[in-house]
Amino acid sequence: MASAESSVERASDSAIPRPSWWARTRTSRTAYTYLFPALIVMSIITFYPILYQFWMSLTDFGPSSINPLAKNYTPPKYVGFENYQLILQDKLATKNADLASFKFWRTLGFNIWWTFSNVIFHVSLGIVIAVMLNVEGLWFKKIYRAIYILPMVLPQLVIATIWRNMFDGQYGAINLMLKIFLGPAFPSGGIDWLQRIEPVAFGLPLSYFAMLIANIWLGWPFMTIVATGALQSIPKELYEAASIDGATGWNKFWTITLPLLRPAMVPATILGIIQTFNLFHVIYFISGGGPLGQTEILVTQAYKLINNNSLFGIGAAFSVFIFIILGCISAITARISRVAESYDG
Amino acid sequence: MANSSIAQPTSRKGLFARGRGAGRQLEWWQQLLLQAFCLTVAVSVLFPIMWIVTLSFKEAGSARPLKLEVIPPSLSSITLSSYQAVIEQPLSKSAGDISFWKLMGNSFFLAAGVSFFSVMIGVAAAYAFSRLNFVGRKLIFLSIGFILLMPGIATLAPLFAMLAKISTSLEVLRIIYFTMAGLLIAGLALMTISRIRSDDFRAGSAAFLVGGLAVAALFLWGGTQIEIPKNARPFELGRSLYGVGLAMISGALPFAIWNLKGYLDTIPKELEEAAIIDGASPNQIFFRIILPLATPALAVTAFLGFMAGWTEFALTARFINKADNYTLAIALQTMTGQYATVSWSNFAAMSIMISLPVSIVYLALQKYIVGGLTLGGVKG
Repeated sequence: MASAESSVERASDSAIPRPSWWARTRTSRTAYTYLFPALIVMSIITFYPILYQFWMSLTDFGPSSINPLAKNYTPPKYVGFENYQLILQDKLATKNADLASFKFWRTLGFNIWWTFSNVIFHVSLGIVIAVMLNVEGLWFKKIYRAIYILPMVLPQLVIATIWRNMFDGQYGAINLMLKIFLGPAFPSGGIDWLQRIEPVAFGLPLSYFAMLIANIWLGWPFMTIVATGALQSIPKELYEAASIDGATGWNKFWTITLPLLRPAMVPATILGIIQTFNLFHVIYFISGGGPLGQTEILVTQAYKLINNNSLFGIGAAFSVFIFIILGCISAITARISRVAESYDG
Repeated sequence: MANSSIAQPTSRKGLFARGRGAGRQLEWWQQLLLQAFCLTVAVSVLFPIMWIVTLSFKEAGSARPLKLEVIPPSLSSITLSSYQAVIEQPLSKSAGDISFWKLMGNSFFLAAGVSFFSVMIGVAAAYAFSRLNFVGRKLIFLSIGFILLMPGIATLAPLFAMLAKISTSLEVLRIIYFTMAGLLIAGLALMTISRIRSDDFRAGSAAFLVGGLAVAALFLWGGTQIEIPKNARPFELGRSLYGVGLAMISGALPFAIWNLKGYLDTIPKELEEAAIIDGASPNQIFFRIILPLATPALAVTAFLGFMAGWTEFALTARFINKADNYTLAIALQTMTGQYATVSWSNFAAMSIMISLPVSIVYLALQKYIVGGLTLGGVKG
């Protein structure tokens, strides 16, 4: 705003006077008018809670610390990073005996494995089914498309509760079906899908596999739809040219279909990774994290700390861990997607 | 399976050459294999759905079925008594006394409120992010993107602690209500005046005026109807559906902004450039060009918000402590379980009644939803 500066400006370019600060910030002002309601709302109920959460995580915030007007009000006490320590050292049982089976690294490891195993199935099944459905001359295509969309259309919460009942230890639909197929080989007591404590394979309990089945059922249609959209935009001439060059169907799949699906599948996969990583409903309603917390993921654990145990301070610290971990994951996926986008095919 | 038909004469008619406009025919064994594959997938998709539908047609109060049935054994065995039972008494006596319609009303209130506010506020912000250049644009947008990655549960503790602090007597609440209604009416009046003063006063403006007056009248009438009983318990925001709604908007608004911005980016800029040449201001571009073109995206985003609110469980279960404020999701949760106390046929009827309204709308909007998800979804 210095007058010397503006006079220099004017001297150098006398035809167009430098616009005033008020005029120059005009678009910014218009923009912030549009942003104003959203910014106000978000700063109060989105951004402020995140800061508040960080402060909470440094205190022993409990249910009696909420309302200053209540009779039994005890102000939250600053405890430094004790909550973080308790979580990392798996010592939450000192706060609440329910949490004896809590193990942070196991939960994190399981969460990552859960995400990975699910998304692999979603993407591969999604692509295979999309390719099959896209074969020219297939009958009843429209009927199949209409059926295949169903898992996406139904609310996740409802699907999770239905699958929970399907995996019932005695008369769940899955057990009844296995009984028909296996006949006498089926164990007479039924398979206790959700409560069996001993791990069955890879050190994972049966409830993991039950949830894997349920979530594969839930997740592949989205990938199929994305892949179908991409498949239909692949020009047919490419396949014809490949046929003339003598390529087999398999060759064409690997050299034409897959590379051209990639630009569409990468963002969908990233979306799938983040959604599966935070998949609350399936875990909470099917296994409830059980048996003995073996299938707990970060979100369900955080929810239990806050909801069941009312350990707000520790829950906040746990959520800060979730923030950090998701930040890392998004950084990794952003890098992957940048690499994938630079592909020019 | 991608056997080439290029080399073969096009006149060759396959055994199954009936597909409409199909440029290619499949050999019978290819068709058979593909059909077997597609049918297996279809059966596995339909299995849980058919199972639950069959279950819901059983007699009210039926316990776990001992036999696997995925289609009702006979037409005469189909009964809607489970639906009836759920509508009459959705919760067990011990869980609380609330009618099914009240549950549905609560869910609807939550879902509609969340989706309405997040879209209304979100579309303006999305326009700014998509079309206007301003200081701090990238930083704010990136922080919104980061918020989007967070599960709603990750901010449950602070939101609950914050909202539960806010409690007020009902008298104060009434004053707040009238202030809000007054502000709304003043805003409507201002808009109406500016409409009348502008040179293109048309039928639409008249409708707007009448509508505005009607809304204002409704608000004032509603305000005078509020009766405060003596010794009424103070209103606790953290224990009400308003609190749950606010907590949900904290996640739904960033999602709406992100999703709508992704869509607005696809609207060609030529239209606006033409409008700018004709002397349109950013406001006119927003109201006359962007909003009408973005209607499908608004509908989809609103619907996704609605669906999230309709089946919201985690926040509601933490916040709500009175059966009066229960939602469908909470009621469904009380019906799940293996014990004999819960009826599986009632559970099935309930889950179908929750799913049906949203699933039908989802099917209708499906095309736009999927496009929007991949478009506005996570872009690194």
